[in-house]
Amino acid sequence: MSAIDAGIVPQPKPESLAPSFYSGKRSLRGWLFTRDHKRIAILYTLSVTLFFLLGGAAAAMIRYDLIVPSGELPTEVYNKAFTFHGVVMVWFFLLPSIPVTLGNFLLPIMIGAKDLAFPRINLFSWYLFIGGGAFVVAALWAGGVDTGWTFYTPYSTMFSNTNVYLAIIGVFVTGFSTIFTGLNFIVTTHTMRTPGMTWMRLPLFVWGLYAVSVVMVLATPVLAMTLALVGLERVVGVGVFDPSLGGDPLLFQHLFWFYSHPAVYMMILPAMGLASEIISCFTSRRVFGYKFMTYSMLAIAVIGFMVWGHHMFVSGMSVYAAMVFSLLSFLVAVPSAIKIFNWTATLRKGDIRFTAPMLYALGFVGLFLLGGLTGLILAAPALDEFLHDTYFVIAHFHYVMVGGSVMCYLGGIHFWWPKVTGRMYSERLAKFAAVLMFVGFNVTFFPQYLLGYRGMPRRYHSYLPQFQELNVISTGGAVLLAISYTLPVLYLLWSLKYGKKAPPNPWDARGLEWQTSSPPPKENFLHPPVPREAYAYDKPAP
Amino acid sequence: MSALLPDASTMAPRVDVLFWYMIGLCGFVAVGIFATMIYFGLKYRAGSKADRTGKHKQSMGVEATWTLVPFGMFLAVFIWSLFVFARLQSPPANAQTVYVVAKQWMWKIQHAGGQREIDALHVPLGQPIRLVMISQDVIHSFSVPAFRIKQDVLPSRYTNTWFTPTETGTFTLYCNQYCGLDHSKMIGDVVVMQPAAYARWLAKNPAPESVAARGAALFRSAGCSGCHGANASVHAPDLDGLYGRTVHLSGGGTVIADDRYIHDSILLPDQQVVAGFAPIMPSFEGQLSEQDILALVAYIKSTSATAHQPPSVGSESTHERH
Amino acid sequence: MNATVADSPLEEARRAHLEEQFDEPDQQHSAASLGMWIFLATEMLFFGVLFASYVVLRVLHPAGFAEASRETDLLLGSGETAALLTSSITIVVALRAIKLGQRGVATLFLSLTAALGIGFLVIHGFEYHSEWEEHLVPGVRFLKFGPHAHAVELFEVMSYLLTGWHSIHLIIAVSVVLGLTWRVWRGAFGPDHFTTLELAALYWHLVDIIWMFIFPLLYLIGRAPG
Repeated sequence: MSAIDAGIVPQPKPESLAPSFYSGKRSLRGWLFTRDHKRIAILYTLSVTLFFLLGGAAAAMIRYDLIVPSGELPTEVYNKAFTFHGVVMVWFFLLPSIPVTLGNFLLPIMIGAKDLAFPRINLFSWYLFIGGGAFVVAALWAGGVDTGWTFYTPYSTMFSNTNVYLAIIGVFVTGFSTIFTGLNFIVTTHTMRTPGMTWMRLPLFVWGLYAVSVVMVLATPVLAMTLALVGLERVVGVGVFDPSLGGDPLLFQHLFWFYSHPAVYMMILPAMGLASEIISCFTSRRVFGYKFMTYSMLAIAVIGFMVWGHHMFVSGMSVYAAMVFSLLSFLVAVPSAIKIFNWTATLRKGDIRFTAPMLYALGFVGLFLLGGLTGLILAAPALDEFLHDTYFVIAHFHYVMVGGSVMCYLGGIHFWWPKVTGRMYSERLAKFAAVLMFVGFNVTFFPQYLLGYRGMPRRYHSYLPQFQELNVISTGGAVLLAISYTLPVLYLLWSLKYGKKAPPNPWDARGLEWQTSSPPPKENFLHPPVPREAYAYDKPAP
Repeated sequence: MSALLPDASTMAPRVDVLFWYMIGLCGFVAVGIFATMIYFGLKYRAGSKADRTGKHKQSMGVEATWTLVPFGMFLAVFIWSLFVFARLQSPPANAQTVYVVAKQWMWKIQHAGGQREIDALHVPLGQPIRLVMISQDVIHSFSVPAFRIKQDVLPSRYTNTWFTPTETGTFTLYCNQYCGLDHSKMIGDVVVMQPAAYARWLAKNPAPESVAARGAALFRSAGCSGCHGANASVHAPDLDGLYGRTVHLSGGGTVIADDRYIHDSILLPDQQVVAGFAPIMPSFEGQLSEQDILALVAYIKSTSATAHQPPSVGSESTHERH
Repeated sequence: MNATVADSPLEEARRAHLEEQFDEPDQQHSAASLGMWIFLATEMLFFGVLFASYVVLRVLHPAGFAEASRETDLLLGSGETAALLTSSITIVVALRAIKLGQRGVATLFLSLTAALGIGFLVIHGFEYHSEWEEHLVPGVRFLKFGPHAHAVELFEVMSYLLTGWHSIHLIIAVSVVLGLTWRVWRGAFGPDHFTTLELAALYWHLVDIIWMFIFPLLYLIGRAPG
């Protein structure tokens, strides 16, 4: 920020006279019936934050229970806590978080459009999201669900006597929200680009959103239909997944993971694009290997559809199927590796500014690296037979999904906070939170790799005494993590009232969103933006 | 790494070598990338005097290198892991069969000699053990980390796994697939004993009859012999020596008569009907427990005159139905 | 905002229907049809789950599925197929008429389309009714003995899931077409403004095409000799 104060960073023409999208209808009606993608993004941000807090509370219960080997909570409560944690975090935080908040806000601006192609559908998606969430909260209210977020049959269809219907309806409804969001983003990227914004000029965040939208549109229907079958099986016992009626329980797993593995990529793809924006900006140079970055994201989206079987190596699938899925799982790691190398190479010869968003983005690269590498270990069926469904897997996917996606989401929030709110936050506190998050995350989840190697299975309410030390360390780390998640909420809210006013381009960045005022006007741009090559850091800002 | 977890089976060291190789490789890559990032971070921090000529350059060669090198490395690891996996899936010919029935929330184990145990499995050192497993209710998973094995246990379908213990002692058996309320209580002990001690244990726990003998009794009492017996008037296939044979099915196709085939033929007789016979057999679902069916399978197996190779899990997949 | 001069009255009329987020009528039109195509792709995947389940269960129970399949009513099934196929033609004719500005023809053919759709649903209702009489409704009213009872029930399950889900789609499609018929008759559409109709026709075709997969799976395959 000292650079701005010193007047080094040239600012675009002051458009501060343009009334921001916050002015206009300020009533609650004006927000709840808005069709402005920016306002909808803010509605979404509030909702996903709420769900993050709910899911986080469930996580706190899990870590609290595991302090002692016998478990601090009643078994039933623990089982419902990890189910609720999984359902809420996967479908109501991780999956939507980056696309529906930052994506919704930025996609039209980044391509120079006035709005998404279907603003009404965008608002409708938000209502579906909230409606689905209401069902899941109702399931909790009615006593909770204990199937695990994976709803494995026949437990979920024939044996669990908890509120499976409500949870399934919730996920089903929110699935439509995901589908419509994906549809909206694809159409917007295809048809709404401003003249001159060619495909190869798109920022990588837009590419990430595009790739994730394709996955959303093609995978989510499979989940919705599969869960509908689970629901029907509970009502009338149709038997598609019920072995005693001639059905096949593994069919459920195939269908579920056909959706749920691509779902993991839905969480990470937008984060990959987002990290590229931040790293490029704070090294003041082009992303190294822009084309490879785009192709690798598309490759991940495509190959990601063909690796679901690696969740089922020990389920009794045939050896030959396991081989094919293993090979494809190793293959999908190649594009991820390319991305890591390119981010590292982008640092070379840059002018690196270690701002708060940059620290979050670098933390993302580090944690995603550790999560991705351990994913390779799990891709080998011989090792998966040993590590499957142990804490090793838990650690692996938390490194990717929490260390990766959440850290990057927060990086994005910090990066675009001045743009969205028009205010600057306390850089020092933000840096502290980022470092604390990195440390806290590792203290929480690294011990879980060791627990997994030593054989502790997941979803255990109580465990053998030999696992206690590592569990206590993990819970201690969770406390640090909780603090580091709370801090941004506090100082960001504080900045809304007391933060310095943000200029249009506080970071000397090059994307189109930095050519308009902070916060942008309702139509996003007063003057049509000038698209150039993405990341034109070799040229001065326009 | 026995400090963390014992290597108590023949496969454990093989799995471990691969595991620690992968950890080493991943660690090397992780440390390398972290070091590079830190080095760049220090050298090219804003305001430093480092040389930045060619800042925005791109390089196709570099990209190709770091696409192809990881690809080759992954391929090598993949092939190595396949060899280990193939071994993990092929029980030795001299393996002794132990039957496992899982239910919420206990492991019911029956030895070929008829000894029954709950949440415990006693085995002699050095003897390959093949487990034939089935669940009465939901999906469970049989996991012994010290042996590096794990296999889901499905309702209505047999799954197999095997191990050869190489260390005496008690090793924990976990249910590894979430199966409801007391999932975390569904643990047991695998006790590996010296062969002499094991013989004493067997002697101390005499079984009324072997599993096959119980199956033979059931074969008569449940009514199987009424149709399948030697003197039966009903036209039904003779089951003597059936196990391991190739069966020709009506409507074409063949199947090897293994545990799964016999099990399914008892519960869902219409599914795979032997060529030349009418589909008249009723289902015995609800009349026979999974343990009864295991006993019947063991009996039919025992009627095979000559010793033969038990079909491995790997070969079963050749007629995997989906 | 956009400086392009509307050079013809048609162009000007198209502009009147432009939503604020778009710059050009062509842009709006291509966005709408791309959106519909993507939506149809997701619909295919909804049905894809059912088709995949059908295939898996059929492989598990070949004999039972063949037996159950022979009990379907080929005559009624063929009638339904004919009705749907014809309706795909009539809706295209209606769309063409609107583009040419022939309001009356469009109204006629749209009502014909809806009538054919309703005809399909009525015939299918008869099929459901006779299955109810024969105790072939799985889970609710199913009474069948014999070696393949389980498999027959699973076939009926898949049959109800496929046709039920398809009928729901057809009911939606018929309601949409009826609504559009009313609006066409009132003159809401014309050569300058027909995107909504085009999208409805796309959806109608999808419902038709999916039936072209369901029909052989349920009615024809089991009848093959051997």
